[in-house]
Amino acid sequence: MIGAEFVALSLPPLLIGTFAAIACALPGNFLVLRRQALIGDAISHVVLPGIVVAFLVTGRIGTWPMMLGAAGAALISVALIELIRRLGRVDAGAAMGVTFTAMFAGGVLLLEQSDTSSVHLDVQHALYGNLESLIWLEAAGWKSLLDPVALAALPPELTRIAITLVAVIAFIRLLWRPLKISTFDEGFARAQGIPATLLGLALVVTAAAAAVAAFDAVGSIIVIAMFICPPAAARLMTQRLEAQIWWSVAFATLSAVLGYVLAGYGPLWLGGQNSVSAAGMIATVSGMILAAAALFAPHRKAS
Amino acid sequence: MKDAMPELVAEAGQQIPDAVSHSPLAIRGMTVSYGEEPAIFSIDLTAEPGAMTAIIGPNGAGKSTLLKAALGIVRPLSGAAMVFGKPLSKQRAHIAYMPQRASVDWDFPTTVIDVALMGLSRELGLLRPVRARHKARALACLDRVGMAEFADRQIGQLSGGQQQRVFLARALAQDAELYLLDEPFAGVDAATERAIIDVLKQLRAEGKTVVAVHHDLSTVSEYFENVFLINRRRIAEGPVGTAFTAENLQEAYGGRLAAGQIEQLVLGRA
Repeated sequence: MIGAEFVALSLPPLLIGTFAAIACALPGNFLVLRRQALIGDAISHVVLPGIVVAFLVTGRIGTWPMMLGAAGAALISVALIELIRRLGRVDAGAAMGVTFTAMFAGGVLLLEQSDTSSVHLDVQHALYGNLESLIWLEAAGWKSLLDPVALAALPPELTRIAITLVAVIAFIRLLWRPLKISTFDEGFARAQGIPATLLGLALVVTAAAAAVAAFDAVGSIIVIAMFICPPAAARLMTQRLEAQIWWSVAFATLSAVLGYVLAGYGPLWLGGQNSVSAAGMIATVSGMILAAAALFAPHRKAS
Repeated sequence: MKDAMPELVAEAGQQIPDAVSHSPLAIRGMTVSYGEEPAIFSIDLTAEPGAMTAIIGPNGAGKSTLLKAALGIVRPLSGAAMVFGKPLSKQRAHIAYMPQRASVDWDFPTTVIDVALMGLSRELGLLRPVRARHKARALACLDRVGMAEFADRQIGQLSGGQQQRVFLARALAQDAELYLLDEPFAGVDAATERAIIDVLKQLRAEGKTVVAVHHDLSTVSEYFENVFLINRRRIAEGPVGTAFTAENLQEAYGGRLAAGQIEQLVLGRA
């Protein structure tokens, strides 16, 4: 498995899966601690119509049209949530639930009505992504990693998610202190002049950017799982936020690698014929890690 | 100052122009509303320098809201707070704040010393590394409240009183001139109450100003020299001897305090 074939067929999806998992898990740590974990879920739902509209307008799947479309959809849903909350006199949770399922449903309808046969964009893709098909045909072995011509033919999803991951890391590193303080004690943060509202918004925007970049390659199932499972499992391993971040990165990586391998080879080992969805398996593995952490981790709650 | 606060000067100008510019905290015309009803309405407060002032009033009277509005944590509908004669935004380095203990999740993955270090965050900025001298200062603040030996504990493993002391240590680490404390004695054991009041008295001895939301009427006259009575509106303000009276308490608390209780409180005053 470790040869030219591995570099061409397995390395890109492994890297994309791992980068996507880490890019979502990092902001997920803060979202989970802020009890906003479902924002990740909401984001991955509401951005679908935005991405579809961006495709319909530009006729291709590019980074910027996708991000802009997703951002537009996110803004519309924030406005919708406010509107429903005020006019409908329902609480914020219900307004969000209604908005994000409606946006996703709208995206599905839009997808079915438009001709997306020229690109890989359909309902199934929105859910599971297309991790297995992100291969690097120009690769002729490990030495291709140093060959600029071959590198230029890497799947664009890999470049996109790699850049997003770097941006996510930069955001968290640069704003680490205010993020930590305002997540723990928002009132104190504000009293110190930290713009907590803006920072919370920036966190959600960062999470959304990670979700959109990951969404294209791995689908919304992984995105939702990675926002929540690795950070929640990591929280049970340690009592320090710094260590929690590292644990979440480790769990995200483990989920991506183990999930990809199990999806590709697991069924064969069990005597089956076909491989199963890598995205589905990665999300499943992350859930199993969380379950194991909940049962055996050192810092479970006593109650 | 006139540019920044025209309405404040116009309102306060006639009687006490100096009060605003010299007071550690001068609140003028502060109104805050969460829904349709105002939580606090047109509040004026002038803290005396180097003194301890208790903000008292019944539940829901807007005591915490007043502090939060003074700190810019909630946005007022109208009014403003001046700190040592300048707008709040320029004076944040001179204010320390201790929120209510119940306002945060103590399950948060962090340690006692980390919380104390949060008090130094204005000084540390975004990326300056935490050096030994910063840790030493945080530890010294923890020591003042008797929590130095718990420095490496996760905060959820502490008792309520210990958590309250850690919050006070964080406020001390801010090394400010004005301390705004929200219910510093709420739900604490006797030893913690003693430790906290000792620290507050030290602060006063150093010339710092303390303004605290306080819920225990029986200790007002023992701990504080000034009171500010509030029930959405300002009821009274001044030295305990003149403002902490039966009439004012009756007005602030309405039927919630029995006449006998009030008499006891006011008579029991030193």
